Amino acid sequence: MNELSASSRITYRAVMVRPGMARRIRGLSDKTLAWLFITPTIVLLLAINIFPLLWTIYLSFTNYRANRANVPTIWLGADWYQSILTDPDIWAAMQVTAHFVIWTVVIETVLGFGLAYLIDKKFRGHGMWTTIILLPMMLSPAVVGNFWTFLYQPQIGLFNYVVAFFTGRAASSFQMLGDVTLSPWAIVIVDAWMWTPYVMLICLAGLRSIPDYIYEAAEVDRASKWRQFWSITLPMALPFIMLAVLFRGIENFKMFDMVNLLTGGGPGSTTEVASITLKRAAFESWRTGYSSAFAIILFVTVFGLANIYVKALNKVKSR
Amino acid sequence: MTSATTAHSVVEPSITTRRFAGSLVVLYAVITMIPLVWIMLTAFKSPDDAISYPPKVMFKPSLEGFCNLFTTRSRQTPEFIRSLGPPQGLCDSIARSRNMVVAGPSNYVPRFINSLIIAFGSTVLAVALGTLSAYGFSRFRVPLKDDLLFFILSTRMMPPIAVAIPIYLMYRTIGLSDTRLGMILLYTSVNVSLAVWLLKGFIDEIPREYEEAAMIDGYTRFQAFVKVVLPQATTGIAATAIFCLIFAWNEYAFAVLLTSGNAQTAPPFIPIIIGEGGQDWPAVAAGTTLFLVPIVVFTVLLRKHLLRGITFGAVRK
Repeated sequence: MNELSASSRITYRAVMVRPGMARRIRGLSDKTLAWLFITPTIVLLLAINIFPLLWTIYLSFTNYRANRANVPTIWLGADWYQSILTDPDIWAAMQVTAHFVIWTVVIETVLGFGLAYLIDKKFRGHGMWTTIILLPMMLSPAVVGNFWTFLYQPQIGLFNYVVAFFTGRAASSFQMLGDVTLSPWAIVIVDAWMWTPYVMLICLAGLRSIPDYIYEAAEVDRASKWRQFWSITLPMALPFIMLAVLFRGIENFKMFDMVNLLTGGGPGSTTEVASITLKRAAFESWRTGYSSAFAIILFVTVFGLANIYVKALNKVKSR
Repeated sequence: MTSATTAHSVVEPSITTRRFAGSLVVLYAVITMIPLVWIMLTAFKSPDDAISYPPKVMFKPSLEGFCNLFTTRSRQTPEFIRSLGPPQGLCDSIARSRNMVVAGPSNYVPRFINSLIIAFGSTVLAVALGTLSAYGFSRFRVPLKDDLLFFILSTRMMPPIAVAIPIYLMYRTIGLSDTRLGMILLYTSVNVSLAVWLLKGFIDEIPREYEEAAMIDGYTRFQAFVKVVLPQATTGIAATAIFCLIFAWNEYAFAVLLTSGNAQTAPPFIPIIIGEGGQDWPAVAAGTTLFLVPIVVFTVLLRKHLLRGITFGAVRK
């Protein structure tokens, strides 16, 4: 199979370098065509992503407020950046975000890998059950957040009822969304419900990429199942697990829609993740300059994560 | 496949292991489905059943939630209602039993239609642009190819709220605020990065020899692209389109910040469906159910390509 494709590639190269060939092919040259094909995408992204980004950078150095466009704009230099990085409220929001990101990623990775490991045992009907498990992650996070507020209702909600049933406490004795200690966990639970399948799917691909002969060799060497798991399964699936962790990390760092509908950042600011702080500053207080600066700080952070992600992605690809 | 597994029986899990693993997975699947099933049941409950304690599993099905979703109602005196003619349709008679009359259609249908137009519009654009760029990146020597591809991917990494601030100002200046066109362009720009990455993977898998052969037979490069590559990439294009469709369908952050009425989609609308004295849960559940059904169908259709889609083509089966 490999030999075949290699030999045909040689033929293809021979065709390509034959002089005069390109001239005989009428129509557009490859260079023009490549340019024509790629430019529209780049132009769209420049117009709707890069131009606004540059505008945000400019605004972050000014006192501009979107609801008072007539007030003359004053250049403030890096004032906003300084006040944001020294603002205890911002650091509180970053801590809430960190709590949310770390716990969701840990729970989703453990559960997701566990599920993938079980599904990889190829029991009867595993295909159908896998598809069912995958459903939550395809749904709209906003709609999910909204219907979980119903499940979390203290008196009538199903979640409270089930917890009450198993613990013996009264269903109305605790409020998942209104309690300062419980609400950060309420959003973690919903996110884990929704995104564990995501980690599971990527881990499953990792487990299936491990060739059988490695396990056969281990069996010949009389390695225990336990040893096989730690020395073969886990290390070989690790790049996939890392990929899932990084994806979830980046996505949850940006989390807005689900949390906005579940708690709106409340009670107080106990579930106010960075995106909600940003939305409050930008679209409720209309501090456009300040929120632009905060947006840029978030950009830079996510970009750092994105770079790590691409390195990990290349690692997975090179396997 | 079967012969291969029997040949490697030494690493095949035993029947006991399989049954054990299977029952744990089924248990998880059942637990994870309860919230979804619950919301679909709630859609068919009467408002009293929906908020009863303890929560009702058995109940008399009612279409009141769907009626409340599609209509607006006004409260009237019993005398006034008696003075009216016979109720027009099921929803009117349900409303009258609660001393109300149907006043008109609600905004759900227009919001649903907005969702459809914006999702399909942005999907068509993103897949068209994505297919062209993916072919360009897959087949031609493009200067700074890796940097451009990373740039395209990185646009997806930005937090939506951060993007929404300047987009809000820009759209306000050029008159695209709260328009479907504005939302289509915005969703296209978000989806095009996914489309390029996914489709590049699919097109990379189509052997170049097919086009080379066609070109030797006298096709131009463009003809070869249209007549040879596109038909080969149909599955990939369809899978990519469904991913773009699902993203645009589900999107909330941009929709809630940049639209208010004219171009508002369903996700920002469903949570604000309220009845008298708080949220009308059966109506919310009915709106949610109708909104989620297409996604469930698409997920089943897409199950073989899910992995590729969610990892931007990084992991293939």
